[in-house]
Amino acid sequence: MTTPRLPPPFPADCLLELGPFRVHVQADLPEVRTGLGLLYDRCCLVTGDFADYHVRLASPRGRRWVRPQAQFYFDGHTPFKPLPREQAYAMLEWGLNWTVAAHAHRYLMLHAAVLERHGFALVMPAPPGSGKSTLTAALSYHGWRLFSDEIALIDRRDGTLHPMPRPVSLKNASIEVIRDFLPGCTLGPIARDTAKGTVCHLKPHADSYLRMKQTAPPRWIAFPRWVEGAAATLTPVPRAQAFMRLAEQGFNYSLLGASGFETLADMTASCEIYDFQYGDLSEALSLFERHFTP
Amino acid sequence: MNTASCELIEALRTPKSLSVWPLAKWDLLLRQARHADLLPRLAWLLRETDIWSGLPEFARFHLESAEVLADKQRHALTWELAEIARALADLPGPVILLKGAAYFAMQLPPHHGRLFGDIDLLVPHSQLGLAEAALMLAGWEGEHHSAYDQRYYRQWMHEIPPMRHIKRLSVIDLHHAILPLSARIKSNPAPLFENARPLTSFENLFVLAPADMLLHSATHLFTEGEYNHGLRDLVDLDSLIRHFSIDPAFWTELEQRAKVLNLGRPLYYALRYCQAVLNTPIPAGVAQQNATALVPLMDGLFGRALAPEHASCADGLSGLARWLLYVRGHWLRMPLHLLLPHLFHKAFLAEREEADKDKQKN
Repeated sequence: MTTPRLPPPFPADCLLELGPFRVHVQADLPEVRTGLGLLYDRCCLVTGDFADYHVRLASPRGRRWVRPQAQFYFDGHTPFKPLPREQAYAMLEWGLNWTVAAHAHRYLMLHAAVLERHGFALVMPAPPGSGKSTLTAALSYHGWRLFSDEIALIDRRDGTLHPMPRPVSLKNASIEVIRDFLPGCTLGPIARDTAKGTVCHLKPHADSYLRMKQTAPPRWIAFPRWVEGAAATLTPVPRAQAFMRLAEQGFNYSLLGASGFETLADMTASCEIYDFQYGDLSEALSLFERHFTP
Repeated sequence: MNTASCELIEALRTPKSLSVWPLAKWDLLLRQARHADLLPRLAWLLRETDIWSGLPEFARFHLESAEVLADKQRHALTWELAEIARALADLPGPVILLKGAAYFAMQLPPHHGRLFGDIDLLVPHSQLGLAEAALMLAGWEGEHHSAYDQRYYRQWMHEIPPMRHIKRLSVIDLHHAILPLSARIKSNPAPLFENARPLTSFENLFVLAPADMLLHSATHLFTEGEYNHGLRDLVDLDSLIRHFSIDPAFWTELEQRAKVLNLGRPLYYALRYCQAVLNTPIPAGVAQQNATALVPLMDGLFGRALAPEHASCADGLSGLARWLLYVRGHWLRMPLHLLLPHLFHKAFLAEREEADKDKQKN
C-alpha cells in the first residue's frame, strides 16, 4: 500500500479567492502553508493588484522559541491575543471568520451553515454543540454543495446566498465520526486544548471550490439538533418564531437596522422552515435527499 | 513633511482624482483609511463627487460596509445624547458637548461619515460631583477603580475617570476643563462657559462657540500623547475651519479667543498642519506670533504621527516620532516631579495591582 502524495504547501505569500472575497494571506509558519495546501483547492490561488483583506499568521516577536505562540494579524493589527503555536492553523481560520464577520456588511451575516442542491440554498443556523458542522460535512459529500460552514452571506440587494467555500471546522467527537463516515476525506492539522476543545478542519468537496461564484436563492431553513439515538425528524417552525431564532444568530443583524430586518423577513417568508432532530448521519442524509426537493 | 506620498492624504485633498486610480493604489487607500477610522468619511467625500458610480466595485463594497457602521453609530449617539440630556436635566449647567458629539448634535460638516468613540462632556468644576452622581443614577459607572487611578484623575486631570453605561456600554468622559490641572499650559475654562451656545436638538445641552470649539479640538489634538486618531482629528479641524471661516469675522474672533484662553500655541500647530497636510485655506499671518523655534523638529514629528498608522505610511523614524510625541504628551500634562513617579507607577506597579485584584476576584 502506498501513502497518497500530499498536495504541496501554499506559498508563504498568496492571494486566495474565497467566493466574493480576495484575501491576501501571509503564512510565515510552515504548518500553516501545509494546512492551506491540504485544505484549499489550487483554484483558489489567484493573482492581482488588490485584496479585500490582508491577513497574516506568524509568531509574535519574542515567542518563536520559548513556549512558541501564533498570532493573527489583520493588516498589521492584532484583534486577538496570541495562541499556542499548535493552534496556528485553526487561528488562521478563526481569524478569517472574524475578518469577514466584522467587515463585510453588504451582507446580512448569520452564524449558520449553508449548502446548495438543485440550485437552491439550505440554511442551517445553530448554536455550537448542535451537530451542525458534522451534518454539514456529511451533506457536503453527499449531493449537497457547501457554501459555508460558519457564515451565511445573504446579499441585502437581492436576498441571494453567496458561497464562501472554506474548510469545515470539526470539533471533538465529530472528528472521528467524520473520519469514519467519509473514508478518504482530507483532514488538516489537529489543534488540541483550544477554547472549543480539539479542532480539526475538513477539506470541502472540489465542486464547492470550482463553483464558488454560483450563488443561490434561499429555499429551506433547518435548525439542526443532534440527539443520541433519536430518529431523524423534521418539524415545521412558525415563521415569527424562526425569525427571532435567526436574528439571534446574526453577526451583524443589529448593526444593519431596518435593512437587516427586511432581508431576514424576506428570507423567512420565502423558505420552508423546520426543526431538524437526528441521531444518525445516514438516516439524516436520506431524509434530506427525500424531503428537500424543489 | 513626510506625508505627501500617502494615498489617504492624497485622496482627502483631491477626491476627484480617484476616478483614474489603478487598483493597487485603491488597495492601499482603503487599508490606510480603515486604520485611520476614515473609511466612512472617505465614502461621504466620494458620494459628494460625481465619480461614485464609476469607482471599482471592490472599493464601493468596502466603503458601503463602512457606512453601515457609521450609520449605526449615529443612531446610537442620538439615543445616548437624549439619555444624557435627561440624566443631567436638573444640573444648573451649562452641560457642554465636546468634539464628535458636538459636531453631530449641531450637524457641523465634520459629522459626515464620522466614527464616534467616547462622548466628551464639559461641566463647571463646581458641578462635577452633581453631574457624576446624576450619570451614575442613569447607569453610567466609573471604570477605573484603583485608588491610584482615582487620585491621578481627580487631583491632576481635567476629567474624572471614564464612565461606562452598565447596559449599553457607551462611555462618557466627564471634563471640567480642557487641559489637566497640572498642565504646563494654563487655560481658564470660565470664558468657555460664558460663551457656550444652547442646542435646539437636545434640551439642556450646549456646545462651545465656534472659535472656542476649534480651539478646544486643536488643543486636544496637539497636546495629546497618542496619535492613532491623529489624521481623523485633523480632518475634523480642516472641516471646521472651512465651515466657520465662511464668516469673515471668524479669524479675528479666533485670534482673540486664543489670547483669552491662552491657547495660541495649539492653534498655531492646528493651522500649520491643516494647511500642510490637507491644503486648508488659511489667511497669511493668522496666529503666526505663536510659532516657536521648535517648529522644524515638530514638523518631523507631527508629519509622521498625523499620517495613518499603517505600514505603507511609515518610514524608519515613524515609531520614534510617535514615541517622542507620547513622551511630549506626558511632559505637557504634568511637571517632572509628578510625571516621573506617575510613569514609574504605570510601568511597574499598575500591572501588579491589576493581577492582585484578579486574584482576589477568583
